[in-house]
Amino acid sequence: MLERMRARVLVVDDDPALAEMLGIVLRSEGFVPSFVADGERALAAFRETRPDIVLLDLMLPGMSGIDVCRAIRAESGLPIVMLTAKSDTVDVVLGLESGADDYVVKPFKPKELIARMRARLRRSEDAAPEQLTIGPAGAQLTIDVPAHTVSRNGSEIKLTPLEFDLLVALARKPRQVFTREVLLEQVWGYRHAADTRLVNVHVQRLRAKIERDPEHPEVILTVRGVGYKAGTG
Amino acid sequence: MAGTDLRHHTARYGRRLAEWLRAVLERARHSRPGRLGWAAVRTGARRWRGSLQLRIVTITLTGSAVLVGAFGFVVAERITDGLVDDKLEAALSQVESARYRAQSQLSVFSADNDPGLKDTLPTLVNDLADDVGPAGEFQVVLTASNRKIRIDPVSRPGTSDTPTSLVPEELARVVVDSHVTAHQFTRADPDDRGLRPYLAVGTPVQLHWGTLEMYYLFPLDDEVDAAELVRNTVLITGVALVLLLSLIAWIVTRMVVSPVQVAARTAQRLSAGLLHERMSVRGEDELAKLASSFNQMAANLQYQIVQLEELSRLQRRFTSDVSHELRTPLTTVRMAAEILHNARDEFSPDVARSAELLHDELDRFENLLSDLLEISRFDAGFAQLESEPVDLVPIVRRAVESLLPLARTQDVRLGLNLPAQPVIAEADPRRVERILRNLIGNAVEHGDGKPVVVTLAAHDSAVGITVRDHGVGLRPGEEKLVFNRFWRADPSRARQTGGTGLGLSISLEDARLHGGWLEAWGLVGKGSQFRLTLPCRAGDRLVSSPLPLSPDDPAASPVPVGGVA
Repeated sequence: MLERMRARVLVVDDDPALAEMLGIVLRSEGFVPSFVADGERALAAFRETRPDIVLLDLMLPGMSGIDVCRAIRAESGLPIVMLTAKSDTVDVVLGLESGADDYVVKPFKPKELIARMRARLRRSEDAAPEQLTIGPAGAQLTIDVPAHTVSRNGSEIKLTPLEFDLLVALARKPRQVFTREVLLEQVWGYRHAADTRLVNVHVQRLRAKIERDPEHPEVILTVRGVGYKAGTG
Repeated sequence: MAGTDLRHHTARYGRRLAEWLRAVLERARHSRPGRLGWAAVRTGARRWRGSLQLRIVTITLTGSAVLVGAFGFVVAERITDGLVDDKLEAALSQVESARYRAQSQLSVFSADNDPGLKDTLPTLVNDLADDVGPAGEFQVVLTASNRKIRIDPVSRPGTSDTPTSLVPEELARVVVDSHVTAHQFTRADPDDRGLRPYLAVGTPVQLHWGTLEMYYLFPLDDEVDAAELVRNTVLITGVALVLLLSLIAWIVTRMVVSPVQVAARTAQRLSAGLLHERMSVRGEDELAKLASSFNQMAANLQYQIVQLEELSRLQRRFTSDVSHELRTPLTTVRMAAEILHNARDEFSPDVARSAELLHDELDRFENLLSDLLEISRFDAGFAQLESEPVDLVPIVRRAVESLLPLARTQDVRLGLNLPAQPVIAEADPRRVERILRNLIGNAVEHGDGKPVVVTLAAHDSAVGITVRDHGVGLRPGEEKLVFNRFWRADPSRARQTGGTGLGLSISLEDARLHGGWLEAWGLVGKGSQFRLTLPCRAGDRLVSSPLPLSPDDPAASPVPVGGVA
């Protein structure tokens, strides 16, 4: 239990004062932080430290935060939380599309950041054996919840933990229409409704991996004006 | 009298043309359904309004047709009159000389019963008939209308009828009664070749034993033929001239209109954003000048637009940079303040209070910064509306709920007036919620502890939301000022709350971005009301709001002066 609490955090930020301050806060909350200040060394540091979660500033010297995010995502499904000074849709959506799971806009409150990180690290490891299916016959996906695997016709589809949680949430109640707000609460752990763009981008990313034709989704259906629901046969 | 027949002809042609036109129109009206006919008329009218070329060609066609027609009519008339006058002159002189000849030959006889007279008369008529002059062929009739003179009418060439039947009665009466030479245009058929126009001239032949009448009938065949020829020539020339003029008008307008059409097309493409579009300049005439000034205008426009875009880009960049540069240190400061704040119990009272102030004021600083950045985003023109069809009821609820803590501290009751069914509108939910939080927050702050009521209503084209408070209200004129940046109702009044002074300005910009209205109403001591009106469909123009701007609850309604709200 204590071991699990001491999660390793890789902080990628070029501002030394902010990095130091983040270190103080993170250590006081029981995390083990390590730091890297420029984008080019971020990937090497990531491979070296094998963190449990990454805090990534989007504006970096060398390699941009977006590219770092893509590179890390190409190797691992671990949670990535963006730190961004820009709240414009273009910037946020670009960050999310490059693979970030969540984002925090500067200036953030330390509590807010810690809450976001804990939500991303919270895993239901002691889940009971559970087997779920989603999607119409022919395009059906099989989800093994404790093993965190998704497969179609026996071949496994790689999903990030967040994408997995999103899919499981929809698959557990196949007849229910989920509003974006409900999904934010169930999957991201937001207690108050936040930015629904998070949901939209992640549904797109998930569709790109699990749909046979992402332009005509069969597994995750959009209910116009309301939200999303699982596609059934 | 001259040319009566020709005029008659013309009139007949005119009548025929009118009849034909009437028949065509009648056929058109009956053979097609009325709707189609109307559609054709409308299409015609649209083409008439829409095409300069069509108008010019039609006007030229009509104008030249009228002019050439009138000119041709006058020319034909004059020529015909001339022909007839010449004929008449020649005829009169021929008859005059014939009368002398007859008088001199017949004066040898002493009385009408002279035996020689019976033989002489046919000989005389034959001689006269052989004497063809410049007036052309003719028929001679010699008769005596006086019954006392026993002479049979003689005619040459002979006719199946009695010779006197050829003579028009009217003419005979004039000649017999007045003993003068007279003429008349008539129609006759002396040789069974059909009724034709004739010129009849009658003259009295006076002898000492009585008076005979001599009539000459000149056929007008040649003149009619000549007039026909003239009329046909004039008609053909006229039609050709009118067609030629129309063709010239068509060609000339085409020369002018097609460059203008090109200019119009180019202008459309320019306004659609194709800034590199230009006209080709050929020659040195006025149209070339039009093209070159058009191009100059386009170049100037392009320059201005590119410059503005550059400015906007720079401002956007600056805002973005300032945002980043300020926010990063602010994050550090904020985290440091948080740690100090959390540990304030361990400090001396002064340091602890300082930590509290630092913490609280950072909130204000942060709000101010984000509002400033928001305003500069509007100023730079890159605020974007992300509208989607949303139900406004939960949005209003959320906004009210988020302000419940503040309302509790101010001891203000929040009332909600929501319709039972969903109110769907195409709106940006984040912006609408921000507007509402602003309005409700202001109402709670300035509500003097009295209830604040939020009302939502909709009609088929717009939704309205009002936020009503019963606090200090607004002085006259302030309902516009409240939206000014950093405007405060009473500068001397102590600021209790952490408002940035930009909230309503941002709300107004948010409302405008939706194509909506944000208005204020207020009376001193009676409170104020803010009304947000948004179109149901993004981009629609608002005409009315489902809710009145001034509240009609009796407790707060203004004392009406000559009218009720």
